[in-house]
Amino acid sequence: MPMVFAGVCSHAPGITGRAERGDPVLRDGLCKGFERMRQAIEDSGAEALVVIGAEHFANFFMNNMPAFCIGMGETYTGPIEDDAWLGIKRTDILGSPDLSKRLITNVMNEIDVAYAEEWQFDHGIMVPLHFLTPRYDMPVIPVNINCQGPPLTPLHRAWKFGKALRVACDAAPEKIAIVGTGGISHWPATPDSGKINEEWDRNFLDRFVNNRRRELLSYTDEEIYREAGQGGFEIRTFITVAGATEGATGEVWFYAPIPIFAVGCTVAMMNVV
Amino acid sequence: MSLYYVQKLLYQLNRDAATRAQFTEDMDSVLAGYALTEEELTAIRMPDIGLLYVLGVNGQLLMHYAALKQFEWEDYLQAMRDGVAEHGPVRAGIYAMTGE
Ligand SMILES: [Fe+2]
Repeated sequence: MPMVFAGVCSHAPGITGRAERGDPVLRDGLCKGFERMRQAIEDSGAEALVVIGAEHFANFFMNNMPAFCIGMGETYTGPIEDDAWLGIKRTDILGSPDLSKRLITNVMNEIDVAYAEEWQFDHGIMVPLHFLTPRYDMPVIPVNINCQGPPLTPLHRAWKFGKALRVACDAAPEKIAIVGTGGISHWPATPDSGKINEEWDRNFLDRFVNNRRRELLSYTDEEIYREAGQGGFEIRTFITVAGATEGATGEVWFYAPIPIFAVGCTVAMMNVV
Repeated sequence: MSLYYVQKLLYQLNRDAATRAQFTEDMDSVLAGYALTEEELTAIRMPDIGLLYVLGVNGQLLMHYAALKQFEWEDYLQAMRDGVAEHGPVRAGIYAMTGE
């Protein structure tokens, strides 16, 4: 079936872990944005959710760092973090190993993707799931792009990966939703935590929702680090979603900098049909 | 410099409950498995979160070690600022990309 939904969202641990400390009006707006996405995924009839994340050394480390990895487990667990710290209870999450295997096999025609039958989800996947599949009743297929340990996955490869993922999803009989999660500008877990470059974020989102490939791929890592912090490297996940929806446009459903959450909180979607 | 092994240790602590339990019970038996300098060992044992930051440990690893050591969020952020004030700018790793 053609892919039924494509979106992007933030995943900062503060969104759940420091929830009560965020501006209530902004947090409410963010929750409504997530709820709109949850409803859109449900309405799409999606049978599986592919979450394209930028994990933070929960499973992948510099001893053997893949540029891309797709999960192939029967189940996953998360969060790997202390559940009181993250504000999300530890749970098992259903996978879809047979669908994973077909996606991986198809993507491998274009991209040398690694695969993993074990995966402990960190906040990068758990925060989105907490809002998008709160009952953990939809099979999830995790995807990781190396946005943390340089040398990082090049932006143009993230785009190509998105295209390959789209081909693979469209070839599967299942209805598949994809959600990319990361960024945008932020300086997480550093003394600059809470700093957000709103202007840079809005400019990036404009490129994203208009799916301007050349502009999306024109950033250098030096520029991203300078303007958007090391958290900005996670735009790779958005770029993958843009690659998967090449030619389509999208819509920002929510954006607001919320410093105590340490990120410009974002919920946006791309049209897939 | 063995930043790689400092980070590897924190990676294992963050992801493996058994390593965490052993570390709480008998820290040195865990540390013995990693090739670390005296300065790194001191920073881990104290813990000196600020020095670990200056040594170049990625915050995505360090924030969980700070939480394990009962640092509240603001105290964790302050410890890194204090570390830079005391030990100078970040020496290696991703935060040394610009000279800030
Ligand atoms: Fe992240």
